[in-house]
Amino acid sequence: MLRIGVLGLQGDVEEHMEMLRRLSATPVWVKDLQSFKGVQALVIPGGESTTIGKLMEETGLLEEVRKKARGGKGMPVFGTCAGAILLAKSAGKQQKQTGQKLLELVDMQVDRNAFGRQRESFEAEVEIQLEGNKKKKLKMNVPFIRAPVIEKVSGNCRAIATFENRIVAAQEGNLLAACFHPELTEDTRLHEYFLEKVRRQRTPATATPLL
Amino acid sequence: MQKHGVIMDVVNEKQAKIAEKAGAVAVMALHAVPADIRKAGGVARMADPLVIERIMKAVTIPVMAKCRIGHFAEAQVLQELGVDMVDESEVLTPADEEHHIDKKKFTVPFVCGARNLGEALRRIEEGAAMIRTKGEPGTGNVVEAVRHMRKVNWEMKELAKNKGNSKFLELKASEFRVPVGLVKKTAELGRLPVVNFAAGGIATPADAALMMQLGADGVFVGSGIFKSANPEKFAKAIVEATRHFDEPKVLADVSRGLGEPMKGIGTSTLAMEERMQERGV
Repeated sequence: MLRIGVLGLQGDVEEHMEMLRRLSATPVWVKDLQSFKGVQALVIPGGESTTIGKLMEETGLLEEVRKKARGGKGMPVFGTCAGAILLAKSAGKQQKQTGQKLLELVDMQVDRNAFGRQRESFEAEVEIQLEGNKKKKLKMNVPFIRAPVIEKVSGNCRAIATFENRIVAAQEGNLLAACFHPELTEDTRLHEYFLEKVRRQRTPATATPLL
Repeated sequence: MQKHGVIMDVVNEKQAKIAEKAGAVAVMALHAVPADIRKAGGVARMADPLVIERIMKAVTIPVMAKCRIGHFAEAQVLQELGVDMVDESEVLTPADEEHHIDKKKFTVPFVCGARNLGEALRRIEEGAAMIRTKGEPGTGNVVEAVRHMRKVNWEMKELAKNKGNSKFLELKASEFRVPVGLVKKTAELGRLPVVNFAAGGIATPADAALMMQLGADGVFVGSGIFKSANPEKFAKAIVEATRHFDEPKVLADVSRGLGEPMKGIGTSTLAMEERMQERGV
């Protein structure tokens, strides 16, 4: 059984946990270093990125996750919305203004609330280009809520989905970032894709004690 | 996406920054906190757009603002300002004793107060995207928020137990004055179809933990922070307590040496017309 941590400092934690349960993984609520021990992968939910970043730093999780997931070859991490922002190397102007804490793991620059404030929340169909198979595309209907966009990707990071010519999902090795909220739908396919990555990860970043 | 978070009432940029720094997920921009609104008396209205805009500029977390119950023109103004959420709130003097705002006509999301499942479902049917307990605002007394949370939980349990009983659901729908479809959906979910926060009288970290343990998705803190002796410390402690609501050791640590909380009011000493929760059913 896969033990998947869901960062539970703030945000839609239960929705991700429910998705993982449906896919027969064991979700673990991660709110400090203690509960982070023994998970094979981490999901960072949607929420307020300023708040989550601050709390990650205070709990020591920012440094620990950074260490375990560096370079996209270590622990798999999946971030949605605020989670995608936290994965980014930079968050542009707003970041400097607020001192937003980021994991700086994925070689991309994001723009927060790029579609405007809350009133710009909407649902849209996106097409996600999965790794490995050029023809394998995932069409999903997903909600965007005060969503960020990925302004540019560089290095080993690739864009895997666009919406209105803007990048809304990216991947760098074991790190997956989505600007939308698949966890608020009934569609489990993107989570399934992430879990496949976890299964394929031959060298788990941590020894996994079975509880 | 404010789940598991704390939303704090603020009246200026300085307070908004303290709230953001403490880890609040949003702030409620007001011209006065509920305790002062209560003291001032008279008609309480939407805050001056200037106050709201200044606060919006000061922080990057979402900014909410309150309009009077039924006052859709105030809501239009707030939507125009670009606030992240409108609170159609009983803290302000109601503008309409019969109707709430038709929230489906707006693109900005709304939060509304509720004391029981009927009120909650009526507000959701009108288009509310978030529900909070009414509690008794500005008192620093959590008893009413507890009453409202327990009441909703109890009614929810009863509904879930009867989810296969269409006669019962129809009866409830007519009692609640909402379409049976919404009652059925709620019964099947076993919880409200939107997030349910605690609000009204939360003044200490333990109050926040209490509400979280009773099943709240997060908490609003009004006068509790900036009417306390040490707002920075209180704000931080309440954020911690909301996250670690089921860990008494953490609660003890964050509660230690906090200083004087806001001075409270016993709600039984309030006359019926002083009780804000009676507004907008």
